[in-house]
Amino acid sequence: MSKQLIKPYGDTKGDGRIQLSFTLPVENSPKAVKAAEVYLQGLNLENIAVCHSKKIAEGFTYFVAYASGKHEIDYSKIQVVTAETKILNFYEINDLIVEKLNKKITVVGATIGDDAHTVGIDAIMNMKGYNMDYGLERYPQMEAYNLGAQLPPEELLKHALEKKADAILVSQTVTQKKSHIHNFSAFINLVDAEGLRDNFVIIAGGPRVSHELAIELGYDGGFGAGTLPSQVASFIVTTLCKKLGKEI
Amino acid sequence: MSTLTLDPEKISSVKNNASAIADDIQKFINKHSSISVERSLLRLYGVDGATKDGTPYVNRIVEIAKKDLAQYGITKLLAAATLKTKRDIQTTAELLATKEIPINVIKELSSAELEVKEREFATIAIEKLRKSKEKKERKKRDLPMPQAPWKYLIVATGNIYEDVLQAQSAVLGGADIVAVIRTTAQSLLDYIPFGATTEGFGGTYATQENFKIMRAALDEIAKKQKRYIQLVNYASGLCMSEITACAAIEDLDMLLNDSMYGILFRDINMQRTFIDQYFSRLICAKAGIIINTGEDNYLTTADAIDNAHTVTASQLINEALAIRAGLPEEQMGLGHAFEINPTIKNGFLYEIAHAQLARQLFPRAPLKYMPPTKYKSTDVFQSHVQDTLFNMASVMTDQVVHLLGMHTEAIHTPLMQDRYNSLGSANYCFNTAASLSSEIEYKKGGIIETRANLVLDKTVSFLREVKLQGLMNAIGEGKFADIKRTQTGGKGLDGVFVKGENYTNPVLKILEAQNE
Repeated sequence: MSKQLIKPYGDTKGDGRIQLSFTLPVENSPKAVKAAEVYLQGLNLENIAVCHSKKIAEGFTYFVAYASGKHEIDYSKIQVVTAETKILNFYEINDLIVEKLNKKITVVGATIGDDAHTVGIDAIMNMKGYNMDYGLERYPQMEAYNLGAQLPPEELLKHALEKKADAILVSQTVTQKKSHIHNFSAFINLVDAEGLRDNFVIIAGGPRVSHELAIELGYDGGFGAGTLPSQVASFIVTTLCKKLGKEI
Repeated sequence: MSTLTLDPEKISSVKNNASAIADDIQKFINKHSSISVERSLLRLYGVDGATKDGTPYVNRIVEIAKKDLAQYGITKLLAAATLKTKRDIQTTAELLATKEIPINVIKELSSAELEVKEREFATIAIEKLRKSKEKKERKKRDLPMPQAPWKYLIVATGNIYEDVLQAQSAVLGGADIVAVIRTTAQSLLDYIPFGATTEGFGGTYATQENFKIMRAALDEIAKKQKRYIQLVNYASGLCMSEITACAAIEDLDMLLNDSMYGILFRDINMQRTFIDQYFSRLICAKAGIIINTGEDNYLTTADAIDNAHTVTASQLINEALAIRAGLPEEQMGLGHAFEINPTIKNGFLYEIAHAQLARQLFPRAPLKYMPPTKYKSTDVFQSHVQDTLFNMASVMTDQVVHLLGMHTEAIHTPLMQDRYNSLGSANYCFNTAASLSSEIEYKKGGIIETRANLVLDKTVSFLREVKLQGLMNAIGEGKFADIKRTQTGGKGLDGVFVKGENYTNPVLKILEAQNE
């Protein structure tokens, strides 16, 4: 494949313009502004314009700057892992379950660990759904159980076994000190240790979750901010079909 | 203030029904107490500290006294112990906690002696609450607060010393209120950790020492900035009334304190919650603490248009219960939120309708207005504009406790600079539109007025149903936030007990008498 070199676009091809905002732990002064510029030079940027500086706390200054990136990248070499799933709508998903899977599918979901945020799991699972897209509870061909927040990983797995779940949704909103990574791993390690990994489609969700991260952690898929319930439902159903060797 | 035309008969209908609902709950509350109420009393009498393994003395003592609590109440048991030891309250408490004196010395004492001692304890508690209010009033006189909306910012680093830095930065940018958000899951702890803490997830432990550290830091910066800075913490959960006691002792200004939030969103037993919220609100009333209620939470899961009336209904129930605890309207920070889907045509008009309806239903209440969170974009520039519209809605409808929205809401726990950006928008809106609310008039029968009346209509029928069922049954049926909770389900029921014939809570008695 031929090379395709690219860099950021401001208003002219190849100008590399980037906007930045950041804070330095020093008092605002001409020296601080210079320090901001020097810092950006260190990031391999040029044509640096530190256009705004403001004291935002004792000993802290906030900057807005524009600069040009020096380096280019070869777009033809970029590789990314994405959930390659056809996005189906509510009716298509239910029909697919009836036609290909021949039984209702069961989904359990929860926010695990100390995390008390249910906003993500609620958006995907609750009847109402999110942004005019019905939640999994509304799907006639799905039995969806939203188990809420602060569930220990063991509890979630226990519920999944009891309800004979086909898919498990694990949600994490708090990311401070990487607690989401810790909790996601704890759950998948538990499932692995019990030798149950092949029993379920397991999906990670949360504002800082990408499909790539989820795969890395051993999940089947991952969904981030703004995900609609039908995207998750499509992924569950198509993954289940694939597992059973059914063509879609 | 510009007003919408609302049917006064409908307003009295919702107020009367909420009042009947609260009366029913209050009858239940009056017969009961809980271990957290008893622990709150110990704290108000001055019991502090923890055993070597970190168990607070108040927990240890209430645990030891558990089988005698219903019969006597902790006050009488402590009174007996101090009469026996002839030592001060703290020393006696430590002796009780280490079982160096037994809890049942009460049988050796006459009821007359005990009564004198109990009255002495109650006076200590009441004086603390009275002085806290006085102190706050004095500070507010010396360093006046700005015109509302007051800008409310949250810090949540997990480390109280880091929180202090963030709070000072927020104040420098214009924050009038600083809230230290709690570590996740603290609402489920049945004790208050002891001492200053530097480890927490998504927030910082609410402890009496942490309250003291932040209060001192805010008072210091208040002097420099020449305006009083209010401090907020969270009193929901299993330690609702106990945290309230600590907050009163350390001169906090506001507490998150909702009569139903813990039941619905934290699965705390409803009997426990109703009992605890009552005593905590009695304390708030006396100590001059503004309560903040959590109606905004209904809209993070349910739709803001379909469920607007549940917000209004909950505000009315919170108000009715607060009245029974002697809270004046000026201390009722009833909650609501700006959470309508931004793609809905005229959504901003509906937001104004909801905010103005709350303003008119509770004209003197320092309403707590929450920013958009649910439909925040990861495009921070778009989200910043959303927050700016929220700021405009707030200043247009005379909201008071204004939580600042964060344009990075959908991304991460705010950075210092995120707060600075957010304050920039609020400062601009509140200044440039300072007198807007008294300049505009609402169009008769227009979209805004029609919407407000529709929400009021739905509230009328909703509260009528809740009254018929009783609040506990209504919650059991999932009437609020589509979440069903039973009377005996959830956490903390084992800490509830029926007051025995000789049970006393002299602090409650005095506070109730003063409210009459």
